[in-house]
Order: sequence, then structure tokens, then C-alpha cells
Amino acid sequence: MAVPLVRANVDTDAIIPSREIKTVSKTGLAEGLFAGWRYRGIGTRDVDPNFILNKPQYAGARILLGGENFGCGSSREHAVWALHEYGFRAIVAPSFAPIFFGNCVRNGVLPATLARESVVQLASAVEAVPARNLLTVNLERLEVSAPGLPPYGFTIDPESREMLLQGLDALALAVQCRPVIEAFLARDRSERPWVYLG
Amino acid sequence: MTLFEKIWRQHRIGEERNGTAVLAVDRIFLHERTGSVALKTLRSRGYPVCDPARVFCTMDHIVDTRPGRGDDCSTPGGHQFILETRESARAAGITLFDVNDPDQGIVHVVSPELGIVLPGTTVVCPDSHTCTQGAVGSLAWGIGSTEGEEALATGALRVRKPRTLRATFDGQIPAGVGAKDLSLALISRYGSAGGNGCVVEYAGAAVRGLEMEARFTLCNMTTEFSAVTGLIAPDEKTFAYLQGRRYAPRGQEWSRAMGSWGSLITDAGAVFDREITIEVTHMAPMVTWGTNPSHAVPVTEVVPAFENSGATREAYDRALSYMALKSGVRLTELKIDAAFIGSCTNSRLSDLRRAARVLAGRHVAPGVTAVCVPGSSAVRRMAEAEGLDRVFSAAGFEWRESGCSMCFHAGGESFGYQHRVVSSTNRNFENRQGPGTRTHIASPETVAASAIAGHIADARSLVN
Repeated sequence: MAVPLVRANVDTDAIIPSREIKTVSKTGLAEGLFAGWRYRGIGTRDVDPNFILNKPQYAGARILLGGENFGCGSSREHAVWALHEYGFRAIVAPSFAPIFFGNCVRNGVLPATLARESVVQLASAVEAVPARNLLTVNLERLEVSAPGLPPYGFTIDPESREMLLQGLDALALAVQCRPVIEAFLARDRSERPWVYLG
Repeated sequence: MTLFEKIWRQHRIGEERNGTAVLAVDRIFLHERTGSVALKTLRSRGYPVCDPARVFCTMDHIVDTRPGRGDDCSTPGGHQFILETRESARAAGITLFDVNDPDQGIVHVVSPELGIVLPGTTVVCPDSHTCTQGAVGSLAWGIGSTEGEEALATGALRVRKPRTLRATFDGQIPAGVGAKDLSLALISRYGSAGGNGCVVEYAGAAVRGLEMEARFTLCNMTTEFSAVTGLIAPDEKTFAYLQGRRYAPRGQEWSRAMGSWGSLITDAGAVFDREITIEVTHMAPMVTWGTNPSHAVPVTEVVPAFENSGATREAYDRALSYMALKSGVRLTELKIDAAFIGSCTNSRLSDLRRAARVLAGRHVAPGVTAVCVPGSSAVRRMAEAEGLDRVFSAAGFEWRESGCSMCFHAGGESFGYQHRVVSSTNRNFENRQGPGTRTHIASPETVAASAIAGHIADARSLVN
């Protein structure tokens, strides 16, 4: 199921306000997701029924339909951790801010790039017939489909697609490459000694 | 070849695959807000930091900036971020610029100030404004905390190769106009996603004419353009700025480095994916009216009509509603409640000097809260040595310890609900500086002039 939030420039301060980041941790953030819009009154948990995420027909949504430059602003990965913990697994938007995009890929959230008019059409379809809001984002076929609509082809770079399809652990992979990296650094150190400190 | 391509190739380990390569990372910077969690995760997974000598950490984001500060801060849970960062940094063996260390300050102010970032280096930090450091001709970009873990553990990072965009600023910058205005003009003209996914090289006579501190300001705002980062080819100003700084090479190493840095330019005929040219000769100081840095107009202007706003209908209406504005309202008629000078964008010595020139012999308007937060402890000391603190204080500004302070609201100190603030910072997002706070971003001199006038003001009328 998808929830339409097709606003341009949804920034990471909106996705998770800094005041909601209370511990040195990647978890415990779902409650703070969109806190400035979800709750009536800053710092409260007084649910605003008008905010789309709070409407009963969107409970349990796993796909977010967003606007241009989604995830702009602060690099805080907490934005993606909060989206993931809340249940989102894919964000379909016309464009993404670069750091946010990278954070999505490393946390099992698919950032699918789709032309604005297509996102808007999907959003309208989802809003018009809530009962038919059964969107599918197919990463193997690079398609977003909704019942009764032809599939829309979305884009993602092949490397990110592979990372997501295989659920790769970037850190563990990188550590395996250390011998190659170290050989490079040893050569580089003789060429650019001023870069190496101590 | 472009400058970017040269740095990319110098750092590429192995070949590109699927448009992605592993790049050697020369410098890693961390701060207490997003670096702490990377260090903590790395430790829990049993991976040591690969080369601690090239990793630096500072306390800037939530550290208290009120005089006489300690580890306590107004951000709920903030104390724990400070303690955990200190403990993790110690355990990892990296250099920490702690709360009351003389080298403490905002990461992107401290790094160049100490000569940590150098031309031709790669620099990463889990902070979106890392692009600031590209001003010395480095490839410096903001990453997530998880990417930070990879860089810390291996000294390298898997990176998607960005596209290239050259932004050429031609002409002569008029008096009273600065790097902040150039940036707001660029972003308002091409939109906040105008540089999406690109590395932006700033070029042209106007950019070459900028002093180093102004170049940091210009590069700083590149993330507000949705770009991966920005950079400026190093020149004599860059080398003169860096020489003698603590972590910069010395003696023979300096000469050797200089031999290599000379080639850090975009070759004539090199091709960019995109080119933008902006004429600066008739530019005016810029100020934002809405809730995104692209919502900017000359300070002499009115809030634009929807048709001229460059925003979508929904974004335009939301912005005006949040900012309590109407189309056609003259910006200089907007009364302000507060003025803020600080942040990684505009808190360096030259920023404070320009603001002080406006403030000297004047006082902030009644009812206006005015705060100045130097970008680093070193900037603060230099400013005090030349008496700037006394100018700010005499004018009614609070003079603070260094840090990010009220550039963003982290649950503690903030500006008031629905208060209108003119701010030398980088983001005018909803609730960015406080619940309901209405932010107008501008240059430090515009902030100073507005504080004096009690409404948004054109500093040129006060200085000239």
C-alpha cells in the first residue's frame, strides 16, 4: 500500500526533526517520523487526523509517493532509519537529494525515480479508490504498478539495484576489500606523502 | 579533463563498475550528532578505525554556546551525545576537538583553519555541508553515518560517480554583495534541485575574485542546490591561506605538494555535463521569503507572485502560509523578532567584520533578540583580539561560544513560536530554527542591518 505525500523538497528536518533524535542509536525513531506534521503541537503526541499518514486507509503503508528533491537538507541518516522503522520499504519520487538516496540504499529502502506526472497519476489513483491501493514496486523489473493502470518504468542505478536486491552488507563487503585498498594506499603514500599524517 | 575528474582518478581504487568506484578517502571528519553513532556501530561490530591519524572529530552540533559552558546542553539527551562521542573518540584513537578545546568549532570552519583539508584531497563527513571544504580544491562531500562506518573501517568508500556542472559567475561583484548572495541568486534561479546529483565547479572572474572565506560560503550552500558537492580550483589565494597551518605540509613536503597542486585546474576544452553562466555585475543582496533556499529575491523586492516564484502551487501556498506573508509585500517592511549571525555558512572572521562594520556605533532595535555565534573558538579569539566582540555587545548582540547553535532547533534553545528571524544560516525550512519560527536567510551584513532597523533591511544604505 502507498501513501501519497507529493510535496516538493520534503527535507530531512521534516522527516525527522532534530529534537526527535534523543539517543546515540539507529533505532527508536519511528515515533518521531514526520513529527512536525503528524502531531498537533511541537513535542506532543497529539495525533493530527488531517495529516495523510494518520488517515486510517493508509495505516500499514509500505510505499511513499514523494515530490521532487525528496530528502533534501541535513545528511541525518535518522530520516531513513525512521522511515524504515515505521514500515516504508520504497519511496517513489521524481528526484532525491544525493545523501538521502545513498542512505536509503544502505538501509533497505528503495529510492525509485519516476517522472513527476507519473507519480502524480499514481497518487491520484491511490487517493481516488483507497480500496484499490495495492501498489507494487518491482525492483527486478524496475516497474511500479497499480491495479487498473499500465505499469510505470522507474529508474535506479544498477549498483544500487544490486545492493538492494541482494541485501548486501556494504560494511562487511568493504572490509573484505581491505587488502586491495591497503596496497593502493601504500603506493599513494609514496606519491602524496603530505596527505598521510603521523 | 575537469578538476573533478582529476581528483576522482587520483583516488579511484580499481575500475569503475556500473558507474560506481571505490575511492580512497584522505580525511574523515565526525561530529557528535551523527559521528557518534558511526563510531559506536563500528566498535560494536568489532572493526577498528583503519587510520586514526586522518580522522578528526569536533563537538559542534548540540554543544551549548552560552558562556561558561560545560558538557550540559539544552538539547534533550544532548549530554549523552557529548559523553558517548568523547568516549568513542578516545577508544578509536582519533583526534577530538572537545567542548572547551581551543581548537573546537564548527567542523567546516575548523578543518580549513587547521589545514586539515588540502587541495586535491578527498574529505567525507556525515554532514551535508561538507561541500564547504571544496573551496580549497578538494573533493569533499557529505555522507550518511553508515557510509562513515565504511570509510572509517577501510579508508575508502564506494561512491556513485556524479555528473559535472560548471557554474561560471562573470562580471564584477558590486559593493555590499557577497558570496551568500551569489549562492542564493543561483539557487533561486535554477531551483533547489537545480544541481541534483552533480559536482559543481564554481568558476569565472567573480569567483576568482572572492577571498577564501567567501569561497567557503559559496561552496557551503551547494548542498542546498541538491548537488553532491561543490569545488573551486585552488590558486595563489588558496595556497597562501593554507601555508603554515598546523596540519598543512611544511618545508620540502610543502614544495612537493605545491608541485602536485599546480595541475588542479580544469583543462581548457574539458567538457562538463552541464554549464550555467550568471552575470553578477547588477546583483543585489538576497533574502529568502519562503521555506526553501530557492525562495529568494533581492532585498529591495517584494514577495513574488506565484507565477514568478519558481515554486509549485502547493509549495508556494504552504510557504506563504507558514511565513505569514502575502504576494506583493515588500521585504523591507517585515518586522523581525530576532537576528542570528553564525553557522558553517557565515561565521568566519571576515563575516563578523562585515557585520561589525554595520553595527559600529548603532544599537539593535527595541524588542529584537540578536545573537552572534563565531564559527570556531579560534575565530572567537581573533575577533576578540580586534575588539569585534565589543562592537557586537555594544550594539546589543549576545556574544557566544562557538558551535552550530541556533542554526537548527534540536529540542533545546530556539527562537520563539512564529517569531520572524533574519539569519546568516543556510536553511529556512519549516521549524528549522524553532517550532513555528519564520526564518529569512541572508548575508551577515543584511542580518546586522535588519537587527538595527527592526525590520529586514538593505545594509548598503547603512555602510555606504
